[in-house]
Amino acid sequence: MDSPGVITQAALDVDRVRQDFPILHEQVYGIDLVYLDNAATTQKPRTVIEAVTNYYSVGNANVHRAVHRLSQVATEAYEGARVKVQRLINAADSREIVWLRGVTEGINLIANGLSAQFKPGDEIVVSNMEHHSNIVPWQMLCQRTGAVLRVIPIDESGQLEMDRFEELLGPRTKLVSVVHVSNALGTVNPVKRIVDLAHERGIPVVIDGAQCVQHYPVDVQELDCEFYAISGHKMYAPTGIGALYGKADWLERLPPYQGGGDMILSVSFEGTTYNEIPFKFEAGTPHIAGAIGMGAAVDYLLSLGLENIASYEHDLLEYATEQALQIPGLQIVGTADKKSSVLSFTIDRVHPHDIGTILDQQGIAIRTGHHCAQPVMDRYQIPATARISLCFYNTRQEIDAAFAALRKVQEVFS
Amino acid sequence: MMSQLDELYQEVILDHNKSPRNFGALDSANLQAEGHNPLCGDKVKVFIEIQKGLIRNVTFQGAGCAISTASASLMTESLKGKTVQEARKLMDSFHDLVTGQDEESYSCEIGKLAVFEGVKKYPVRVKCATLAWHTLQAALNQDKAPVTTE
Repeated sequence: MDSPGVITQAALDVDRVRQDFPILHEQVYGIDLVYLDNAATTQKPRTVIEAVTNYYSVGNANVHRAVHRLSQVATEAYEGARVKVQRLINAADSREIVWLRGVTEGINLIANGLSAQFKPGDEIVVSNMEHHSNIVPWQMLCQRTGAVLRVIPIDESGQLEMDRFEELLGPRTKLVSVVHVSNALGTVNPVKRIVDLAHERGIPVVIDGAQCVQHYPVDVQELDCEFYAISGHKMYAPTGIGALYGKADWLERLPPYQGGGDMILSVSFEGTTYNEIPFKFEAGTPHIAGAIGMGAAVDYLLSLGLENIASYEHDLLEYATEQALQIPGLQIVGTADKKSSVLSFTIDRVHPHDIGTILDQQGIAIRTGHHCAQPVMDRYQIPATARISLCFYNTRQEIDAAFAALRKVQEVFS
Repeated sequence: MMSQLDELYQEVILDHNKSPRNFGALDSANLQAEGHNPLCGDKVKVFIEIQKGLIRNVTFQGAGCAISTASASLMTESLKGKTVQEARKLMDSFHDLVTGQDEESYSCEIGKLAVFEGVKKYPVRVKCATLAWHTLQAALNQDKAPVTTE
């Protein structure tokens, strides 16, 4: 989906939701924690924590291996979680969901797999707002093959310059890889339009969905992209688990990523027959607990309803933006028309790192730095930003606390 | 809570952040190096003019947080007139100060630099305070490659 689902009334009971997250009731420095760093990683609901604990407490066994009961239980839970992820992004088939560590590994898998198809002078199009994970694997591919990286520029508000994108698409373009929602700016990119424009020229598209699936409904069949990568820990699931969606025919054509157990049908010293998709990409014992936790996170998100989440978070962002505009000397970085609940900003004469420390002392966790998106910082000619990233368990009171703390920052540096 | 913050952002630090001393390139420099803190993107260049083993002048350039800017500024002030050996000793003492070592371990007087003592309570900020000093060390060692705090 390109646009946040807008419904008129938030059908989300934040007080009840907060009860689901044990960590939100913790204190730091003796003060109630205000966690506003959700684009870095989200906190985990009790159901996810319990799913992981439960697996280790009563269901721990390796998957796809033994005939014993526990192994069957573990396999069912693990494969069941795959189907949940399939439903989250509406993939046509659960075979199109590959378990991985996250988006970074997903993009590396694609870049490694496609390497052999690239010739010197072939072009890969990314955007100026990519996370390093959607830049570096392609640069490595370029080094191996002589391919060239082309960059879609962004305008002052943080939106892709779509005219320039169209101009970049040419006979040498072999692949487009863009972020759905920017972690540094919050921009929601028109990925459906990007896919359509690329497909008109027969070019496949990879989408980095790390900052999207936890905020908006995503339908990969409607988008029609070839690949879509997501990270568990940014959608309320454990770290170290994620998924790569790939159209079945594309996954079939890609060579395996790593060799080892579980990715084979038969092995002899004369040769090996690889397993079918998605297993041929899942060498070694996987992060079973993580996958089961990710399945529980999908259940949790769907129980709240992604449209309710999008609506509630949109309201929070508007509130935070209004507050920000009242702080003299504060500049919002990233003012796209369609934005997720990310507020990146700078304050005159105060380095973001100092903002981060002073807010931390008041129990408020925000991110400061380049957000693993240095080209974005270069685009705005700033070394770093401070970033408030909100989600459905945040409240207006927490936003008030953050802005009161920002006024304290200005006092210190007055 | 806030007093710990006041300890970190002391007046002297805020003043040097606002008006850094010895800021800019130094034409007469015969040693220089560039430092980079990848954690926050801070970059600093240190220029040193050495004559007969004595540091005649030191300047710095760059953009960084208050701790890193003030540290670079106060460093330049404290190095003028010192020998290379004294500068290295001072660097060791400064490192001990911001990482919370016992005062007895300081190899020399740190004087004004004592305002950075509050940094020891903020382990993630130690790199900010030491960036300029790491860069100084690189310049003194005449390293060509940029140093990082990692």
